[in-house]
Amino acid sequence: MTLPPDPGPDTAPMIRLEGVRKSFGPKHVLRGVDLAIPRGSSMVIIGGSGTGKSVALKCILGLITPDAGRIEVDGQETGTARGAERDAFLARFGMLFQGGALFDSLPVWQNVAFRLLRGALKRPQAEAREIAIKKLRRVGLSPDVADLFPAELSGGMQKRVGLARAIAAEPEIIFFDEPTTGLDPIMAGVINELIREIVVEMGATAMTITHDMTSVRAIADDVAMLHDGVIQWTGPVAKMDESGDPYLDQFIHGRAEGPIEAVR
Amino acid sequence: MSALAPLGRLGRAVLVALAHVGRVTLFALSALGHMVRPPFYPREIGHALMNVGWLSLPVVGLTAIFTGGALALQIYAGGARFNAEAVVPQIVAIGMVRELGPVLVGLMIAARVTSSIAAEIATMKVTEQIDALVTLSTHPMKYLAAPRVLAALITVPLLVGVGDVIGIAGGYAVAVQNLGFNPAAYLKNTVDFLEPLDLISSLVKGAAFGLIAAVMGCYFGMNSGRGAQGVGRATKGSVEAAAVLILAANFILTGVFFSV
Repeated sequence: MTLPPDPGPDTAPMIRLEGVRKSFGPKHVLRGVDLAIPRGSSMVIIGGSGTGKSVALKCILGLITPDAGRIEVDGQETGTARGAERDAFLARFGMLFQGGALFDSLPVWQNVAFRLLRGALKRPQAEAREIAIKKLRRVGLSPDVADLFPAELSGGMQKRVGLARAIAAEPEIIFFDEPTTGLDPIMAGVINELIREIVVEMGATAMTITHDMTSVRAIADDVAMLHDGVIQWTGPVAKMDESGDPYLDQFIHGRAEGPIEAVR
Repeated sequence: MSALAPLGRLGRAVLVALAHVGRVTLFALSALGHMVRPPFYPREIGHALMNVGWLSLPVVGLTAIFTGGALALQIYAGGARFNAEAVVPQIVAIGMVRELGPVLVGLMIAARVTSSIAAEIATMKVTEQIDALVTLSTHPMKYLAAPRVLAALITVPLLVGVGDVIGIAGGYAVAVQNLGFNPAAYLKNTVDFLEPLDLISSLVKGAAFGLIAAVMGCYFGMNSGRGAQGVGRATKGSVEAAAVLILAANFILTGVFFSV
């Protein structure tokens, strides 16, 4: 067996998790997650509800502190930064939340330009608004929605605004938490397409968590399946169908019978 | 073993309560720390000043005017039993400024402001808006808690001041209209009787109650459980805690200022 060539710094993974564990009381959600997401690629994490996909994602962002293990972003261990250093760390990320998580006290454009209106990336208000409107256009929304409040928008529009906010400050890494949940199939398709286009054109590293297989095929370069607190299978999306892994097969074909118990 | 079980339960309850006190204290200190360290969010502070202060004026005014009026009637009726009807202006003034003004304003703020802060922040928590703030490099304590605590510290003493004046005015109106007091004499008696310490204690109580009201709203909101039930529990808990702590703080502060 020959050793693979030295990957060098440029092909080092953008995000690496090693032995990440997290329990909530007696419930062991993550039992040693190992995962590497290459720079500029789109990784989709699949798995049933309650398998810890969101927890893993929140551990990377530092919203949840893991009990054990190591998380690196661009070679730097996370979780140690404080103050301005942590702000700089977070400024590299954009995140689309499952329910949009738009600030309902702010109009749409201020949601999109949130990062550009305060803190280290602060711009003049007119410029921030201009960028917000540009990003809204990018996700297919007209400038008319800029002055509406999130509660006045439909679910699909809220998702798009969330997407515009996630990309407003041109992040290097974008997280998508269940981007198509609660949307009709056509709107889900539109969002999937947008995500794929945006990730490609920005050259960003993307991590998506979903259980929507259409989404997986539309967005993913690589797929990882989280089951029972560990990564059950990982590989390129093209190899997903002939993995031979009974857990993955059951999941992607949505069978009630199989090694994964339907009642959790 | 079983004989000691109740003692064990009591011990655990005390430990849980102490842990809560510790967490709330640390939370309050953190909010105060974020209040004085940049970055500041002027828009949020302005919004909080408006919501905590200005928009509370009607409820504070109405509470104070009715209380002042009722107080005048009671003191007149009670005083009549030993021919002391004439003390109405003095007792209304001292009652409003030292106790009823701060306590009633504090409780009204707990009802109006603490509940709205807790419900708003709890809803933000359950809809992941707090997580979203963090991912947008914005500290939730700085963006949500600090402006509200600052606004309460500034405006609640002012509201107490306004409540004191309106309460005395309520007493004055009832005394002059219904009880036959001379307007000029009523005002003179009121002004002559009050001492600077009365006013200082009133305003200090206002600041303390404002701090309690805002901190409880933020604390319960940020520690809310999931779902609609979580928001409901956080809101209820925040108002209960704020009201009880305001009354307890009032007792302590009255002791500090007036027990000779």
